Amino acid sequence: MTDGLRARLVVTRPAFALDIDLEAAPGEVVALLGPNGAGKTTALRALAGLTPLSDGQITLDGLPLHAQAAEERPIGMVFQDYLLFPHLTALDNVAFGPRCHGASKAEARRTAAALLERVGLADRAAAKPRQLSGGQAQRVALARALAVHPRLLLLDEPLAALDAHTRLEIRSQLRRHLADFDGATVLVTHDPLDAMVLADRLIVIENGAIVQQGGPAEVARQPRTDYVARLVGLNLYQGLADGHRVKVGELLLSTADHLQGPVFVAFPPAAVALYRTRPDGSPRNLWHATIDGIERHGDNVRVHLGGPVTAFADITPAALADLDLTPGQRIWASVKATETHAYPA
Amino acid sequence: MFRRLSRWAIAVPVALALAGLAGCGSGAPATSGTSASASASAGGGAKEVTVFAAASLTGTFTELGKTFEAAHPGTTVKFNFGSSATLAQQITQGAPADVFAAASPATMKTVTDASLASAPTTFVRNKLQIAVPADNPAKVDDLKDLTDPKVKVALCAEQVPCGAAAVKALDAAGLKVKPVTLEQDVKATLTKVELGEVDAALVYKTDVIASAGKVQGITFPEADKAINDYPIATLTKAPAGDLAKQFVDLVLSPQGKDVLTKAGFEGP
Amino acid sequence: MSGRLPWVLVVPAVLGLAFLVLPLAGLLVRAPWPTLLERLAEPQVLQALRLSLVTATIATAVCLLLGVPLAWLLARVSFPGRRLVRALVTVPLVLPPVVGGVALLLVLGRRGLIGQWLEATFGLTLPFTTAGVVVAEAFVAMPFLVISVEGALRAADQRFEEAAATLGASRWIVFRRVTLPLIAPGVVAGAVLCWARALGEFGATITFAGNFPGTTQTMPLAVYLALETEPEAAIVLSLVLLAVSVIILSSLRDRWVNSP
Repeated sequence: MTDGLRARLVVTRPAFALDIDLEAAPGEVVALLGPNGAGKTTALRALAGLTPLSDGQITLDGLPLHAQAAEERPIGMVFQDYLLFPHLTALDNVAFGPRCHGASKAEARRTAAALLERVGLADRAAAKPRQLSGGQAQRVALARALAVHPRLLLLDEPLAALDAHTRLEIRSQLRRHLADFDGATVLVTHDPLDAMVLADRLIVIENGAIVQQGGPAEVARQPRTDYVARLVGLNLYQGLADGHRVKVGELLLSTADHLQGPVFVAFPPAAVALYRTRPDGSPRNLWHATIDGIERHGDNVRVHLGGPVTAFADITPAALADLDLTPGQRIWASVKATETHAYPA
Repeated sequence: MFRRLSRWAIAVPVALALAGLAGCGSGAPATSGTSASASASAGGGAKEVTVFAAASLTGTFTELGKTFEAAHPGTTVKFNFGSSATLAQQITQGAPADVFAAASPATMKTVTDASLASAPTTFVRNKLQIAVPADNPAKVDDLKDLTDPKVKVALCAEQVPCGAAAVKALDAAGLKVKPVTLEQDVKATLTKVELGEVDAALVYKTDVIASAGKVQGITFPEADKAINDYPIATLTKAPAGDLAKQFVDLVLSPQGKDVLTKAGFEGP
Repeated sequence: MSGRLPWVLVVPAVLGLAFLVLPLAGLLVRAPWPTLLERLAEPQVLQALRLSLVTATIATAVCLLLGVPLAWLLARVSFPGRRLVRALVTVPLVLPPVVGGVALLLVLGRRGLIGQWLEATFGLTLPFTTAGVVVAEAFVAMPFLVISVEGALRAADQRFEEAAATLGASRWIVFRRVTLPLIAPGVVAGAVLCWARALGEFGATITFAGNFPGTTQTMPLAVYLALETEPEAAIVLSLVLLAVSVIILSSLRDRWVNSP
């Protein structure tokens, strides 16, 4: 008997297959991260019992969940666009679950009122969903899911429908509520920031399979796929290490780490320096690149480099003006060994 | 009430007549041949006679129509069968008819009152019979049996000729019958008997004969007090002119009488 | 909204409206206004009107009771032959009502498949009774309700039902507390159509239930028979039927269908 969630989810459909193992301890928040169409939502729906499993099993606190219908599972789910019942008030939306679980009308409303109070919406109890702002609706949806005292909380892109400002505020509130929740939580998102802030552990899914998992810091530091590297904003290469030297294609990179065999090498775009002419003193990790494109990136400029390896380089607008870069131009690029990070593949 | 209708009664046939003229090339009805064949050839080309006749005449008139067409090559007889009251309404509203054969003098009167026909002739009479399902489940054998509350009876509504006749016959017999339904026409009444939904109904003898054994007819003496006269007349504005009169002549001829009698009608 | 109205839409729209409304104008022009009140006061008229309203309302209730679950089955449960069933539901729309009435007699009549058994077991006969009128009207009017409710069910976002399921609601609770409130406008619209069709029902009623004042003679039957002898009386009766239905339907629509 183990507490929390243990699941192997297999869902096969024409042109799509999901096959992942998933665990979440009580109180733990696991984020499923992945590109659109990776199967994150399918996994969540399978946990909820809304999509049937082709194979596998789900146990929650040692009890089999996969044999139960959705309405029998001790779960709470927050949907991407909340799906608050439009004909019920905020209070009755939250009271809906307790009523279904056999509470009297008065009892269910007391539970609901307490939860609305907790998410800071006691004054909006009588409002219909269409009268609520996005952030308020999100909190009502969370309260509704928590009202049934679930042992497993499922959140599908809980912040995706919010504007940037509201998102910031709701994210921190959600983090607090998740910290208070004693059951297991599985959260689906395509936003790495949401995942990093809210989750204790990340599981990255691509094409229906897990490609990487671990703590947010570990995933952010050591991406193992191009998708994750892009998410966390790193240049990522696979190569063969021999001590402090890693051969990536035709390029030989010096790294601070000492390794042997197949490895990943990652470095941030800001660590790449660009020169019009070959710099003096011939620093290591220097290569001749082609400029494929230039775009704004926050306050900086991101330069897409082709050549022996593709890479991103982030430079300041002032540097861009000094260098007078245009697409198609040849340029020298280098990265300091101390800025690179190599780890076994 | 017909004064009020008259404006419409004029406007509509004018419009329809124009449409009719546009439709067929030789609409001139002015020929006055002495024999049927002469008239057909004198007109030159196809001719049409439109006959509006009571629904109970469907079988017999269709047969007579074929006889007429055979005797007048190139002529077609078009029929509009329906409830006499409906037909009378259609005629007063300007429907382009040549001959009207009604199942009651009252409905014919609607048309003669509007000066659209004159001098109708009674060509047949129809008598009521008690119709019962072939197996006669309620064991009905005379009119008095219809007063039994356990016997389900269908009558025609008083507004249609067979209903008026039924009321007359029952009054003559001094009987009070409580029907379960007052049907909109004699065929609907007969259907209820055929399906066994009612145990008995008062319908015309001709309908019983036409049902070909699906219902049984029982004659009763009071039927003589409620004999229904069928008048026929050519219409004053008959587009087919003389052909209309020739069709009426055929109906009144011994040949016509023969066809009608076989179907259960009685001579006038 | 501003800008010019597109005439390609406005002209056919006005023609369509005229096509629907002109026959009504014809009735109004021909109505015997001086004797109108006198004719309305006749007890048979009120009797037929009352019977029409009562039977159409009960028939609508029957259609709701049977038709909404049928629509749900067609929209939410996939089973073999569903397309065929959906086509069968529209049969009463296609069937001439008189034929529908005969078909009802063949099944529910005294010698009908079920009617025989009903009479033998419960002593129940439907033809020539007010219940028979309700049966005939419900038969003809039910497709209007089923089609309209099924459309509403298909248009409704099924994820609300999923959300309810994750909160522990059984399928019945989901239907009663989530689905039904969501499709309420569709159900009301369907019921209104259904009621209007039942109110005007003639062919199936006169064939299956017969025509007897007070028990089975509804307004359309009274209109038809009045037409045989007294066209003006028929016009009066038609106007009454029209006026009552327009008043009831327009008040209902404002209250239910048009509310946002």
